[in-house]
Amino acid sequence: MRYSGFRVFAEGLGGNKGWKPAWRDPDPKPEYDIVIIGGGGHGLSTAYYLAKNHGLTNIAVLEKGYLGGGNVGRNTTIVRANYFLPGNQEFYSHSLKLWEGLEGELNYNVMHSQRGLINLFHSDGQRDAFARRGNAMINQGDDAELLDREGVRRHLPYLDYEQTRFPIYGGLLHRRGGSARHDAVAWGYARGADRRGVDLIQNCEVTGIDIENGRVTGVQTTRGAIRAKKVGIIVAGRSGQVAAMAGMRLPVESHILQAFVTEGLKPVIDHVVSFGMGHFYISQSDKGGLVFGGDLDFYASYAARGNLPMVEHVMEAGMTLMPMIGKAKVLRSWGGIMDMTPDGSPIIDKTHVDGLFIDCGWNYGGFKAVPASGWCMAHLMATGEPHEVARHFRLDRFVTGHLMDEEGTGSQHNLH
Amino acid sequence: MRITCPLCGTRDRREFYYYGDAVYADRPAGGAAPAAWDDYLHLRDNPAGETRDLWYHEAGCSAWIEVTRNTVTHAILSTRLVAERGGTDGAAPKPRTKGKSA
Repeated sequence: MRYSGFRVFAEGLGGNKGWKPAWRDPDPKPEYDIVIIGGGGHGLSTAYYLAKNHGLTNIAVLEKGYLGGGNVGRNTTIVRANYFLPGNQEFYSHSLKLWEGLEGELNYNVMHSQRGLINLFHSDGQRDAFARRGNAMINQGDDAELLDREGVRRHLPYLDYEQTRFPIYGGLLHRRGGSARHDAVAWGYARGADRRGVDLIQNCEVTGIDIENGRVTGVQTTRGAIRAKKVGIIVAGRSGQVAAMAGMRLPVESHILQAFVTEGLKPVIDHVVSFGMGHFYISQSDKGGLVFGGDLDFYASYAARGNLPMVEHVMEAGMTLMPMIGKAKVLRSWGGIMDMTPDGSPIIDKTHVDGLFIDCGWNYGGFKAVPASGWCMAHLMATGEPHEVARHFRLDRFVTGHLMDEEGTGSQHNLH
Repeated sequence: MRITCPLCGTRDRREFYYYGDAVYADRPAGGAAPAAWDDYLHLRDNPAGETRDLWYHEAGCSAWIEVTRNTVTHAILSTRLVAERGGTDGAAPKPRTKGKSA
């Protein structure tokens, strides 16, 4: 069923009785050409592009819970292409271009909103660093504008410009940055993949990976064994456990990142604003809630909930930057499991097992990467060669020394 | 979350700095092979369950502490001083002492 304004109108007249489920709920077949482990944003987009770009449709996506129930359904939805390092730059630039055409591509309203992203800076040194980053973004073909203090004030009149601890010197404006509706991205890719024949199998946890003579032959699941010629591991925070089923030890440590939403308010924050010095970023959802977050809780965790010190820290940072939000009531908070790598950059690569591929290490930047990650992982799994814009995301770069430490914070997993 | 410092007793998590997996206390020798450094710096077991990691009592006695805890429940199971743990980094390895229960 194709969605359109006319369809909404016609269904409205008919009592909305004609809508069909957006995807099937099939039982697993005994064998597929390709099995994707993980029905999150990256897994679903990988399946979609395998079908769309490479004509491969004998595919199953195995999800232990429900589709899009992990980090893609719980994140702060920021979409941007403001990276500095070669390797990251072209990848996120590609991803943003895919975002810009995503609604037409998927025939699904993902509510992509290019409302502009402003990264604030608070010292001369930071200004220089952001000017350099902005130049790199422009050289890559994306957009960046360096705003001075008055330039920021025109966009964000509600910030506290009197504070002395982190005086606002200016900001880097990325007009094509913004946000999107997180669930809709997962659902849009799920529907698109399903319509091309991909089986989306929920409540199906992978419990083992079958390997014979160095080659993957299938997976064991809670719904029986499934044979497969190729298997992709795309499970974010759970990468360590799933990769261990294939005897791998990954350069990944899983950490908790908390985020928060307030009650719905009238429009007050038009942009995505990030306050790096205070570890705080914020935007306002179309429903009116202020969506904001900060840093990791900093210790390895799978608890899917954080501790109170970071809650307090994030609230303090928010109040430091924009005291006007002080009376907004926090509606809910959550903690997501982040697959942190020692250089802060992701991995899209083959493994030591023939036919087994891995896409992981998205740290806390995975949402904006959903389209390009799927695009590049599909390319790798279909052709056996890394995609041009993801060729630096190698699993072995930590041994070979080709690190991609975007923030320059060293090899500690939790510092990226 | 509260962590038991072997010297100061049970203290708020905010007094401690998290460094990483306890493997950080077993630094390879200078001429070790790249694979040994990869193990030490990058690769992690990353368990969902019991783990051991290093915390620094930054706002307390400045002790380095090896904490055994559960990454799913956040329960602190036992703690001991890194100096008592031994290891290749710093003090010569000593026999492992029983952890103090939290």
